[in-house]
Amino acid sequence: MSYIIPLIILFILAYGYIKGVKVYEVFIEGAKEGLQITYKIFPYIAAMLLAVGMLRQSGGLDFLLYIISPVTNTLGIPQEIMPLVIMKPLSGSGALGVLADILKREGADSFAGIVASTIMSSTETIFYTITVYFGSVGIRNIRHTLVAALIADLAGVIGAIIVCTILFK
Amino acid sequence: MINKIWFFMIAMAVAFAATSGKLGLLSEEIFRSLKASVELAIGLIGGMVLWCGVLKVAEKSGLVDKLSLIIRPVLRLIFNELPAKGNAMGAMVMNMTSNMLGLGNAATPMGLKAMDELQRLNSKKDVATNAMCLFLVINAAPPQFIPATVLSLRSSLGSTNPGIIILPALITSMFALATGIVACKLLEKTTGGAR
Repeated sequence: MSYIIPLIILFILAYGYIKGVKVYEVFIEGAKEGLQITYKIFPYIAAMLLAVGMLRQSGGLDFLLYIISPVTNTLGIPQEIMPLVIMKPLSGSGALGVLADILKREGADSFAGIVASTIMSSTETIFYTITVYFGSVGIRNIRHTLVAALIADLAGVIGAIIVCTILFK
Repeated sequence: MINKIWFFMIAMAVAFAATSGKLGLLSEEIFRSLKASVELAIGLIGGMVLWCGVLKVAEKSGLVDKLSLIIRPVLRLIFNELPAKGNAMGAMVMNMTSNMLGLGNAATPMGLKAMDELQRLNSKKDVATNAMCLFLVINAAPPQFIPATVLSLRSSLGSTNPGIIILPALITSMFALATGIVACKLLEKTTGGAR
């Protein structure tokens, strides 16, 4: 699986080259956007790493995880990824900070690290999307949207654990 | 919401540290966290530059449009109540395509456009239609071929194999998506609404 990234890159660049795209110049154009994005999300990551780090150091995080441990144990969710499960629906950039914290502590290639990365890549920040999208057209009654989206989100968490267990354990 | 949570995290940390006499350790942790976030951002730049550059090539070469040809029939099947060639469908296809490639910047404007088009078909302007609810649920778990930010983060934090998560993430979001769509179709009968 480690050859997947070079192959994706080659495929996209080769397709562009054949279609007559100025691959180098266009790459640079996009790369500049990448730099901009990193610049823009940095404050969010810093704020969240700060809060998570403080909460962990003080023992507050262990306390919160202890309170919800009956639920996580029943569902079979590894405790280390719980902060991400809670943060993901609420804030995308916040979740990115939490993911960074998990990858740093547990290791990017550990089981918890892989499950957390999978969750982050397969579900979106639903509260934000619902607020912005419905807000933009003035919908007040969103009916079953939130419930259905939360079901999808939970399915994503449980699905990630099952899929990663099958593939990597 | 996020304001409350963030404040609560920090207030709780200080309260816990104060009661256990660890305020000095907490002070060290504050600056350690900030330093870690700077190191992380430096590492992150590399990956983001790579993926955003590659995706720009995919966009300019028409590869992104190719992908939308695959998505359109699938969306037609799911949104069977909508006109197949309408503007709403077009915007939703573009939104979905952008999401699948992790092009967040393009996904949101197209999503807002799709909502606008769906609202035109709506007879009760402040109540969501079935199609709107379904569109939002699909946006909750979009399958991603290139989760650029996560890949960059993983490689900057020492993963020997950042791409190992692409396949499990695709399978997982397909599963989440299918669950969400079924839940949505079942729930829409119970909540009434315009269409």
